[in-house]
Amino acid sequence: MRTSWLIAVFVVLLAVVPTARFSGYHLFQMTMVVVYAVAILGLAILTGINGQISLGHGAFYAIGAYTTAILMNSWDVPYWLTLPISALVCAGVGFLVGLPALRLGGLYLALTTFALAVAIPQILKHKLFEDWTGGVQGLVIDKPDAPFGLPLNTDQWLYLFTLGVAVVLYIFAINLTSGRIGRAMRAVRDHAVAAEAMGINLAMLKTRTFAVSAMYTGVAGSLGAIAVAFVAPDSFSVFLSITFFVGLVAGGAASIGGTIVGAVFIEFVPNLADKVSKAAPGAVYGVILIAMMFLMPQGAGGFLHGLWRRVVRLGGK
Amino acid sequence: MEGFIHQIISGIATGGIYASVALALVMIYQATHHVNFAQGEMATFSTYIALTLINFGLPYWVAFVGSFAISFVVGVIIERLLMRPVANAPVLTSVGVFVGLLLIVNSVTGWFFDYTIKQFPSPFPDKSLFGGFVSGHELGSTAVTLVVLLSVYLFFRHTRLGLAMRAAAFNPVSSRLVGVRVGWMLALGWGLAAAIGSVAGCMVAPVVFLDPNMMSGILLYAFAGALLGGIDSPLGAVLGGFMVGVIENLGGAYVVGTELKLTLALVIIISVLTLKPSGLMGRKVYSRV
Repeated sequence: MRTSWLIAVFVVLLAVVPTARFSGYHLFQMTMVVVYAVAILGLAILTGINGQISLGHGAFYAIGAYTTAILMNSWDVPYWLTLPISALVCAGVGFLVGLPALRLGGLYLALTTFALAVAIPQILKHKLFEDWTGGVQGLVIDKPDAPFGLPLNTDQWLYLFTLGVAVVLYIFAINLTSGRIGRAMRAVRDHAVAAEAMGINLAMLKTRTFAVSAMYTGVAGSLGAIAVAFVAPDSFSVFLSITFFVGLVAGGAASIGGTIVGAVFIEFVPNLADKVSKAAPGAVYGVILIAMMFLMPQGAGGFLHGLWRRVVRLGGK
Repeated sequence: MEGFIHQIISGIATGGIYASVALALVMIYQATHHVNFAQGEMATFSTYIALTLINFGLPYWVAFVGSFAISFVVGVIIERLLMRPVANAPVLTSVGVFVGLLLIVNSVTGWFFDYTIKQFPSPFPDKSLFGGFVSGHELGSTAVTLVVLLSVYLFFRHTRLGLAMRAAAFNPVSSRLVGVRVGWMLALGWGLAAAIGSVAGCMVAPVVFLDPNMMSGILLYAFAGALLGGIDSPLGAVLGGFMVGVIENLGGAYVVGTELKLTLALVIIISVLTLKPSGLMGRKVYSRV
């Protein structure tokens, strides 16, 4: 009870302080942190909790972003209405990708999704879809203004809107993963055969987890597209998928709270490293990935969790 | 018809490159059950080393052999430093380390050698042979890849060291009991895989030009080739690599167009894994539960 109050206060602070104090660019960065957090949350549900490794979640992010951009551009759909549509589309695509994924054990799934991530910019550029996707040039969309005459500028409204959607998605995710279904997901990750023997329908659970995961990352893509107001095939290269993976590992694969740490990490670390050299962000990512694997396999989330437990135990004595 | 034959021949030429990278992947997979996501970037790095040696004024083939040797050493060092500790770790850990390695090698390449696209010389005469069906480089690079593949085969089949390496991959515990130094055999395997990658890089660079991301697409085709042939069969990987080269060229010319060639690799990967996961020549794996 106490912690949920703390979290509520934290969310309100997160909404008020940046909106009131931050300049346009910093607010945009905060918006992107929230967007990345949701994207990594999708990946955490699949990879961290269900144990299906995906190196291709940039593809779902791209599909979500393009769904929103195309709906806004070709059909003049209002930006908020594109989110549920994009969620449905991405969940559908995720379900379909999840079907062959059923037959692939850990490593092969990583490989296949990696291939998906490498191939997706080419598919987006293809002439067949050029009328909708705008080909190599991509699509420019309008940034939404604050509704109901609220005294907020575009960046402020966008930040609050994104944060609101993210809070709803996080509450869903926490409920989903801490209940019966979440336990089933973890059981499948830890021992698929034993889970099946206990009556868990492996195929159904895995494909649906894939669908939920793709939906989360897809909605993040939509939010990202609205925030950036631009989509183009080359912003969804394999590096984006790897970035999500880095964020996931940095935050701790199976930790919901860790996704926020991961998002902060992938938004700000490249910016800092970029000042050193163009090659530095990749190198920093790589070093961090390997260091995390060697030193803190549970990620920052797991590390903090362990630290917290140690503190509690000391306090209890 | 002439166009068709030409497509097949140049498919075989690029297939040779895929076959080499696929073989490198399979060698590491057989020994450690890891898929080396960084194989392509390592090959790119080796190619840059070859280019640097050539720019020092060394003759092409000396640079070629030099890059081969340096890659071998780098491969051994990487195995000793990074891969040994995660040998028995969960899949997520090993994938994380490999992706990290990919990122590091890629940035180091960009850092040392710059991101601009560079030309890479071909040692073969620049004229077409056999009535225009084959370019000198295509023929030469196919010959070089075949020689490399053949020597790898002879090495594994007919030398004591090759036998020890195969034994170490096949049954580490028993090999250790008969005195094979299993750890070093795995490191040698890594070195050899890196060296084969350097050959592939040097052969493909004159065609696609050299930049730090040169091999990312090629790695994908090599994955497809390795899976098509069976990821635990070296011979299958080589055949699969050649087949993917031909399929890619024919598909690109007649079916999907050049813009969707990478998607073709994705389709091959997915169809092999769903329809015949053990590949054409791989063994089916049964395990007790």
